[in-house]
Amino acid sequence: MQRLTVPLLLLATLAGLVLAAKLGWIDLYVQTTLMFLCINIIMATSLNLINGYMGEFSCGHAGFMAVGAYVSSLLSVALFTSSATFGEPLLPPSLALLGLPLCLLAGGVAAALAGLLVAFPSFRTRGDYLAIITLAANYIIISLVENLDVIGGARGFMGMKKVLNNMEEVAGLPWMVIWTFVGTVFCVWILQRYIRSSMGKGVMAVCQDEIAAEIMSVNTNQVKLTAFLLSSGLAGVAGGLFAHVVGYVNPQAFNILKSTEAMVMVYLGGMGSLTGSILSAGLMTVLLEVLRPLQIIKWVAIPLLLIILMQFRPEGIMGNRELGDLFPKLKKYYRFK
Amino acid sequence: MRAAGRGRSLPTRPARFTPVIVTFHIFTGDPMFESLFQNILNALQWGSFYSLIALGYCLVYGVLLLINFAHGDIFMVGAYIAFFVATFLLGKYVSLGAALPGWLILALVVPVTMVLTSCLGVFIERVAYRPLRRKGVNRLYVVITALMCGLVLENGNLALLGASRKSFPELLEKSIWTFGTVSLTNLKLIVIVSALAIFWLLNTIVTRTRIGMAMRALSWDRFAVPLMGIPVDTIIVFTFILGSSMAALAGVLFAMSYPVLDPYMGASIGWKAFIAAVVGGIGSIRGAFIGGYILGFVEIMVVAFFPSTLRDLIAFSILLLIMTWKPTGIFGMAKTTKI
Amino acid sequence: MALLDIKDLSIRFGGLIAVSDFSTSFEGGELNGLIGPNGAGKTTVFNMVSGFYQPTGGAIVFDGTRVGKLKPHKVTALGISRTFQNIRLWHELTVLDNIRVSQYSRLGYNLWDCFLRTKNYLGREADIDRAAFAILEALDLDRFAAEYPKNLPYGLQRKVEIARALSTRPKLLLLDEPAAGLNSSDVDGLIKLIRFIHKEFKLTIWMIEHQMTVVMSLCEWIKVIDFGRTIAEGAPEAIQQNPEVIKAYLGDGTI
Repeated sequence: MQRLTVPLLLLATLAGLVLAAKLGWIDLYVQTTLMFLCINIIMATSLNLINGYMGEFSCGHAGFMAVGAYVSSLLSVALFTSSATFGEPLLPPSLALLGLPLCLLAGGVAAALAGLLVAFPSFRTRGDYLAIITLAANYIIISLVENLDVIGGARGFMGMKKVLNNMEEVAGLPWMVIWTFVGTVFCVWILQRYIRSSMGKGVMAVCQDEIAAEIMSVNTNQVKLTAFLLSSGLAGVAGGLFAHVVGYVNPQAFNILKSTEAMVMVYLGGMGSLTGSILSAGLMTVLLEVLRPLQIIKWVAIPLLLIILMQFRPEGIMGNRELGDLFPKLKKYYRFK
Repeated sequence: MRAAGRGRSLPTRPARFTPVIVTFHIFTGDPMFESLFQNILNALQWGSFYSLIALGYCLVYGVLLLINFAHGDIFMVGAYIAFFVATFLLGKYVSLGAALPGWLILALVVPVTMVLTSCLGVFIERVAYRPLRRKGVNRLYVVITALMCGLVLENGNLALLGASRKSFPELLEKSIWTFGTVSLTNLKLIVIVSALAIFWLLNTIVTRTRIGMAMRALSWDRFAVPLMGIPVDTIIVFTFILGSSMAALAGVLFAMSYPVLDPYMGASIGWKAFIAAVVGGIGSIRGAFIGGYILGFVEIMVVAFFPSTLRDLIAFSILLLIMTWKPTGIFGMAKTTKI
Repeated sequence: MALLDIKDLSIRFGGLIAVSDFSTSFEGGELNGLIGPNGAGKTTVFNMVSGFYQPTGGAIVFDGTRVGKLKPHKVTALGISRTFQNIRLWHELTVLDNIRVSQYSRLGYNLWDCFLRTKNYLGREADIDRAAFAILEALDLDRFAAEYPKNLPYGLQRKVEIARALSTRPKLLLLDEPAAGLNSSDVDGLIKLIRFIHKEFKLTIWMIEHQMTVVMSLCEWIKVIDFGRTIAEGAPEAIQQNPEVIKAYLGDGTI
């Protein structure tokens, strides 16, 4: 039973969401907000692997998101719709239903490859020097996309809505809600498994004492490579989901501000706590929506709120503990592995 | 400029020309060299801004190991303060009786802006950073707080003053000296000279004075210094005063050179100046100064010879290469690890 | 064939020759000492043997493999493990996790196994756990498995560090000043511990130590270096009488 709690709960949530969307209990706005929440969860948890568990300071996470967003959008548009850029669809549009997750995964793989841009320098340098390499990587990726006129350049790229329409024609379900939810669970689940393994504990060893790790037989370069590829790959998946939820991508959507958002969620939740990241992603998304009527003041209020929060709880909401550590009794009822 | 440069490769003459030959070409009117020389002047000016801001990053980093991400926005606030002081002195808000001459206004604007901006820098340090430092939290939380302070400044400005851009009044009569088609304005000269002067001053303070010595000591060992009876908080406040007043000066000069102010001007320049500081070797004053000019040169030269949309792409790729070549920046020292 | 064979090992940092022409050899099963005044280059020798520094001259051959250019984790995987002068445990990982992570070279599964929790992964993780507990039990540390090392007293931290070094399954264990910072009762425990692991794990042990009680009661053969050069070697009793060694430690009496 213990083993089944989490999957059952997740399935129930998904079914509830689909039902609610189908019956019109939650409107498109709420659906979109929930999907953004999920995407933020992926961004925060995947960045936590680098900034929290590995103790590096990556401030270009949105760059990898951009790679994933563009690659998956280009693929899905080229494969499943007719567009000005690519012409006729290469595959029957009705296949989009199954093809979309593959496109998202492809976006993730491409983003992971882009992560090499940061992973290789990380072998030789750490800390603030690595921070600006990530920052420069973000600028480079954005700038590269802006200069590629074939895919829309600075104007952006669209056409993903058609893919979604194709999917809904096959079966009238809120497909993006489903795939975003599944994608989020998939990402958190992968991260969780990695971090819990002896292999993933190597990441924390590298964070705490890299020299000791190397001498105690941990292949530190391999650990860093894995962590960066995993983190940027998952950011790519988040980017792909984002692109398909919005239906339109534009390079400036993935600038430093987006990276900052992800960073804030990591530190707000607590470095080295996945549940913390999930909580803070939820909190931030909801806060951003609740404060929407304040318009520009929102962007003063939220940072101020965070500054004040930092003064009272400087280790973030959860510190480096997980939900199970805070409420040990809960552990009896679930197992998430 | 771009039309002349595009499609043509860089001059085929040997790269190691002496200045004498350059002047020679200027006066014989070789357009290639003239545009190159003009670009060098522009790059010196553009690099001066980066250098001034990078110095501020570098000072605070050197002493506190804190990337003060609010610094770019302090620069922005400096430019705005300069704007309000200047327009006030020009009699836009209350009549001041007699109209002051431009040079006098400028002479007043600079110190007033520097003082007011320093107050802001110190205020942020007192309210946001110091309590966190006292608690001894992971320094990345302080960095995030700095980022948030920057956002508050940016968006607070936007909320208070609205989205319309302010245009900075012209305080100095422009004089342009032209050599062939190369032009040098007095403003350009002022910018470059003041950046150099500030660098010299800073270098002197850090290497020759007692307080500078204390700053260096603090950057070496944060735990031993207070035990030696050095007032750490005073030193830190002094560091913030220095850094913020330099940002203020950069703000004034920037506003005079590119007289359109908007709330987000600090963010983009600030991030880039931070990159420049790290490329130079963060914590090294010389490094930050040189790093600023390297970034300035790369950006101006890219724009001169390639489409301007490629600026970030090429500039940051070059910086990435520099970092790969020298992982601790040009003047940075690798931390020796002892086991 | 010798287990470890070091020939004419030298290293220089810029103009400073830290170690020059250092030679030694282990057949396997010894418990030897390396002593010398502060700054003599003892730790530098260990750093070269464990792959952290690359020697500028000479050769280190361990079990038939040249060590000189290998990365430290490869050297450790070959069977050389070590402890550090100032304890370098991973303080935010539990004692058990410290021991688990040190078995990285023997993980035996890859990332996909980890994501999919394959049979291989589960089996290997169980093996790693078993091995970790076996070592902790042998050293009487199993009570502290769930503790964070930073919360343990200094003496126990030393012991955990030795346990961590053992978990890489070394043939040769380098102990860098294991008694530094311990009080006299802890030192007695340490001597017993080293003797115990030497016998129980059938290790070759090479140690740097300043406390003569430890060196004299444990080591079979001692090498003395000063300013990077070997000045004496021999059995403990002989070393104690050696005038060169006395001179290096106490000065030569002329002022």
